[in-house]
Amino acid sequence: MDATKAPLQRTRISVGPLLYYWPRTAVVEFYARLADSVADTITLGEVVCSRRHELKLADWLALARDLAACGKEVVLASQALLESEAELREMREIAGQHEFLVEAGDASALRTLAGHRFVLGPHVNVYSRPALEEYATLGAVRWVAPVELDLEAIARIDPPDARVAGGPDGNEPIETEVFAFGRLPLAFSARCFTARHYRLNKDECAFRCIEHPDGLLLATDEGEAFLALNGIQTQSAALHCLIAQREAVRASGVGRLRLSPCSAHFDEVIDCFDAVYNRGADPREGLAQLRALPLPGELVDGFARHAPGLQRIDS
Amino acid sequence: MTASREAARKPELVCPAGSLRALTLADDAGADAVYMGLKDATNARNFAGLNFDLAQMRSGIDYAHARGRSVLMALNTYADAREPSRWWRAVDTAAELGADALICADIAVLGYAHRTHPQLRLHLSVQASATTYEAIEFYRERYAIRRAVLPRVLTLSQVAHLARHTGAEIEVFGFGSLCVMVEGRCALSSYATGQSPNTAGVCSPPSAVRWEDTREGVQARLNGVLIDRYAPDEPRGYPTLCKGRFDVEGKRDYALEEPTSLNTLAILPQLFDIGVAAIKIEGRQRSPAYVEQVTRVWRSAIDECAARRERYSVQPQWIAALGRWSEGQQHTLGAYDRPWR
Repeated sequence: MDATKAPLQRTRISVGPLLYYWPRTAVVEFYARLADSVADTITLGEVVCSRRHELKLADWLALARDLAACGKEVVLASQALLESEAELREMREIAGQHEFLVEAGDASALRTLAGHRFVLGPHVNVYSRPALEEYATLGAVRWVAPVELDLEAIARIDPPDARVAGGPDGNEPIETEVFAFGRLPLAFSARCFTARHYRLNKDECAFRCIEHPDGLLLATDEGEAFLALNGIQTQSAALHCLIAQREAVRASGVGRLRLSPCSAHFDEVIDCFDAVYNRGADPREGLAQLRALPLPGELVDGFARHAPGLQRIDS
Repeated sequence: MTASREAARKPELVCPAGSLRALTLADDAGADAVYMGLKDATNARNFAGLNFDLAQMRSGIDYAHARGRSVLMALNTYADAREPSRWWRAVDTAAELGADALICADIAVLGYAHRTHPQLRLHLSVQASATTYEAIEFYRERYAIRRAVLPRVLTLSQVAHLARHTGAEIEVFGFGSLCVMVEGRCALSSYATGQSPNTAGVCSPPSAVRWEDTREGVQARLNGVLIDRYAPDEPRGYPTLCKGRFDVEGKRDYALEEPTSLNTLAILPQLFDIGVAAIKIEGRQRSPAYVEQVTRVWRSAIDECAARRERYSVQPQWIAALGRWSEGQQHTLGAYDRPWR
């Protein structure tokens, strides 16, 4: 449990929840490939929109059991923005089961999870050590830092040599996970921007987000890729990427890298991160390899450096 | 401030005070409570020339209390990992100067306030993103919050459902600029500028705005990113990131949110029925004149609705008075009734 004290300890690779709406067969194939990957942890579940139904909770649970049988640590995530009673019911089902660790999407889930081991999702706001200490008393054993938080702040909140103590008994050092790859989930709304773009009502959206496996690009009037619309979620158009920040990431006590799924070349992304963080590959070469892939956007890392999130690596 | 049946029937009018002048005008115009913040990053309207130093806060509280009104202090950003003690000092200040309640979002601030000043009334800020009664009950059970300010994303029936299932008072936004995103969970501004409501108490900060006169028209940029471009005869708005015009699949439009204002005068009787404890007017960054006039209209409307619920209707002079101050000169009910649903 006491991860990352020794610099040679493995930095675990964690696959974040699938943020997009993909056809069922694509989802199943995606996770079948992950079963054979070097990924340590896989977080499952629909976290963006409760209207999406290619996979139901029972399907996610079945998938979770398959992946667990392949030796993966599986985490079930609850939805980030809850509004209706039906959404609360689904959240209670996820947070109320104890077969798999649960990632809290919001404060509603915390009420159900209190007293159990759980993960704080990236949309539960932790911006200081005292905040993490509050959540630690509930039983948190891991936190995924908010995406806009920089590495220095992360190191102050949960440093490798003075971890916040969490878990139901207050004796488990809380582990830090950072969003290390992918389009950044930046905002949520009650409104569906994909439906709005197609002049459809949210309740009759025709599930058009299924046509955009990496989100729907939003560009400025000058043609500069800026954001990506993903239903009620707004993402960055660029991909946040911490491959070149290996030493800073390690120094800040991060034990797990969250790689957020994209529709193509994700296997290579996982392998590339593992090579750099765990097999001694040169970070610059890793970066060059990722840049050579036809990914959905350019690579940025501003947030990690306490700079605007859209700043490119090396800027 | 007690949640008596009477209070449940007639919601408190909570008005913004970005300055001592705005506070006194709001009180004179009939605000039941004003909310204010200190001159630093501990509150979500951290703009130059705005907010209160200690002497002003003391004067404001004296002025309000002499008239039987309340002062709520907004301490609704997230304590910075580099200097959390600044937030604790602000909590102590609120308690020492006699603020009637503290409006907080950060669980760390709530925890400190609850343990250090158990007598201090706590309101859960909209920046805490509590959209369900489960979330509100979480904060009520652990930090004894007395009231929650709801994010502007719920429909009227969702607000009613939520209110039935929580022991906390409910405060809703009645008028002002609209956030289309859930408050407290939006990093769009820090993505473009490095500063966000959570981290710095600002969104699309003025320091990052640049206006350019070009042959294509006037352009508004935010840290270099083109947010909007206006034809010579087009009205110009402040380039808040989510209210810009962008290109999606070759279609140029307000892809996220049109610059409209929230105005819930038309559903005031329903808000009474739900039993909301307070109606909040947005706009600590607006002028004292805005605060005075908007407060006056809302005072009339709430009193009218309380006195003659069955015959209540929105008066044309209210609309005319509020119209002057609306962003984009256009009113909507926001998420309360979702035409786009």
